[in-house]
Amino acid sequence: MWDYSETVQEHFFNPRNAGAVENANATGDVGSLSCGDALRLTLKIDKKNEVIIRAGFQTFGCGSAIASSSALTEIIKGMTIDNALKVSNQDIADYLDGLPPEKMHCSVMGREALHAAIANYRGEVWQDDHEEGALVCKCFAIDEVLIEETIRENALKTVEDVSNFTKAGGGCSSCHEGIENILARVMAENGEKFDPNAVAGEIVKPTSGLTNIQRMKRIDALIDEIRPNLQRDHGDVELLEVDGKNIYVKMTGACSGCHMATTTLGGIQQHLAEGLGEFIQVLPAEALVQRTSSGAQ
Amino acid sequence: MTTGIYLDNNATTMVAPEVVEEMLPFFSEQFGNPSSLHQFGNKVGRRLKKARKQIQVLLGAEHDSEIIFTSCGTESDSTAILSALKAQPDRRTIITTIVEHPAVLSLCEYLEKDDYIVHYLKVDKKGRLDMQEYISLLSDEVAIVSIMWANNESGTLFPIEEMAELSRSAGVIFHTDAVQAVGKLPMNLKENSVDMLSLSGHKLHAPKGIGVLYLRRGVRFRPLLRGGHQERGRRAGTENSASIVALGKACEMAQENMWHEKSEVKAMRDRLEHGIIEAVSHCFVTGDPNNRLPNTCNIAFEYIEGEAILLLLNKLGIAASSGSACTSGSLEPSHVMRAMDIPFTAAHGSVRFSFSRYNTMEEVEKVIRAVPPIVAQLRKLSPYWDGNGPVEDSEKVFSPNYA
Repeated sequence: MWDYSETVQEHFFNPRNAGAVENANATGDVGSLSCGDALRLTLKIDKKNEVIIRAGFQTFGCGSAIASSSALTEIIKGMTIDNALKVSNQDIADYLDGLPPEKMHCSVMGREALHAAIANYRGEVWQDDHEEGALVCKCFAIDEVLIEETIRENALKTVEDVSNFTKAGGGCSSCHEGIENILARVMAENGEKFDPNAVAGEIVKPTSGLTNIQRMKRIDALIDEIRPNLQRDHGDVELLEVDGKNIYVKMTGACSGCHMATTTLGGIQQHLAEGLGEFIQVLPAEALVQRTSSGAQ
Repeated sequence: MTTGIYLDNNATTMVAPEVVEEMLPFFSEQFGNPSSLHQFGNKVGRRLKKARKQIQVLLGAEHDSEIIFTSCGTESDSTAILSALKAQPDRRTIITTIVEHPAVLSLCEYLEKDDYIVHYLKVDKKGRLDMQEYISLLSDEVAIVSIMWANNESGTLFPIEEMAELSRSAGVIFHTDAVQAVGKLPMNLKENSVDMLSLSGHKLHAPKGIGVLYLRRGVRFRPLLRGGHQERGRRAGTENSASIVALGKACEMAQENMWHEKSEVKAMRDRLEHGIIEAVSHCFVTGDPNNRLPNTCNIAFEYIEGEAILLLLNKLGIAASSGSACTSGSLEPSHVMRAMDIPFTAAHGSVRFSFSRYNTMEEVEKVIRAVPPIVAQLRKLSPYWDGNGPVEDSEKVFSPNYA
């Protein structure tokens, strides 16, 4: 079964604000019955200052759908609707101390219900462009629809291309067969044939043109940017050494010895490469020890 | 024994204590390779022979050499289907059903990419096959028919003996995935026309990691794994002797307890089902109640979702399983529920309770008391529910934006 955080379980077993709000002046219905998740959010909004006084939910769905609905109502109570619109699905997931990748869509559903309810209050029609496909890459939670669209829009031809554009397949690599199948299907639309030996397209990146000091500072800043993601999982990362294209880091806290450490390093590498606009390699602390002891430069 | 009430025996079963005892020496003093000539191996070899006999008896097979040990039910299924295709390269069609286990379905979908033709027999609302459709598809282009004996989710039985007979008349190899049926239903393979049958140890109180492919003498066969001469060259790889001995013992015990399945286990299942149906409104039994495994009951609770039910049951120490999309991480409810045309609002709320001879009537009464408040609690949260019943015209009152 799923690895739900304590907070998710707590909100599932003791949901807050369950049921419809009486005399609600905003209602948002979202979800998909085929997927087994649907949510009705009702709000009582003070017309004078547009503050959400009460929020209630009714949810047909699994444990994390109910927990996400409960968290959403707790987050937005007392907010002005302008501030509430700034609540992201990541905020909902963070409030619950994280959700499994397969369940992130529950937090998306929460945010969408909120937008639908506020549109309803304002007398607008809320249109959703949401389309969700089967989860393909479990490391980065990328679904089939996103991969398909990205392949189509960018005329991608290889698994490596897909990883570069969407991150899908950039982790444990077990979804590569699935990505190849999607590539074959989308390429067939244009009468093309997927070639497993094709070489990935060049990604045009700006050259960094930074001085050494600027570059180090930039690396430090980029690591600071992703630090909150690691800390959310009770881990952390420390910059040890920069040696040309090799950047050595030490994983600490829960990240040290985690079986996902390689995936995490991959994620850090991608973030640094994108931020620096050059090809770099992120290596674990152990590699630095090896380098030092072998005397190699 | 662990505490808690285990009603998920179609997923896996507890290894019987007698079985554990029987297999333990094969990890220590009886470690020899059964193929070896010396006394270390020889003794193990004799015990494998005994296990083969024990399995032969449970299946009612004519010869013990018809039993091939594999690593699991999935391996047996793959071996059977791929063997039939390899042995008859001119036949490129497979007949199976839409409600098979993924062990067969995923393989068939994969084979379709290599231009094999697969016919998926449909089922009606009770999960039954259309025999006319089946008969019309049998031809000399069909390499193999692969049909499950009992459905893992609903417990519904297919008329395997009749279908095997029809298949033989048409000159087509017949395979059945019987992992849910072996040990729960009496079998007599020497009297029927089944050519190949898959079974899995962990579904009948043997350990995980051991399976059997029954292969009728004379049926053309091509191995999946080639290598050593184990299993008469039909499945290479050093024998998993501890688990083979365990499976033998488990089959012997299943044979001795067959009456218990039909009477006691069935009585517990029926009591649970009646108890729940009486106490909870808007729920129904899925599949074909008059023709199913004695240990399985699948109830769809309308307007609520299965994973939420399981989490609340689990909090009370009760283990069951569900066909909802969320329990598997897929985007659709179980393909078995969809094939029976069960509406989404009920399919996601389907819960399977599956028994074994280790359950008790006392446990059943506890579950009957536990279920109604859980259903009520979740319905209180559901947008489709209002007070004591579903909202009227529910589809109009609640129609979410991207349904």
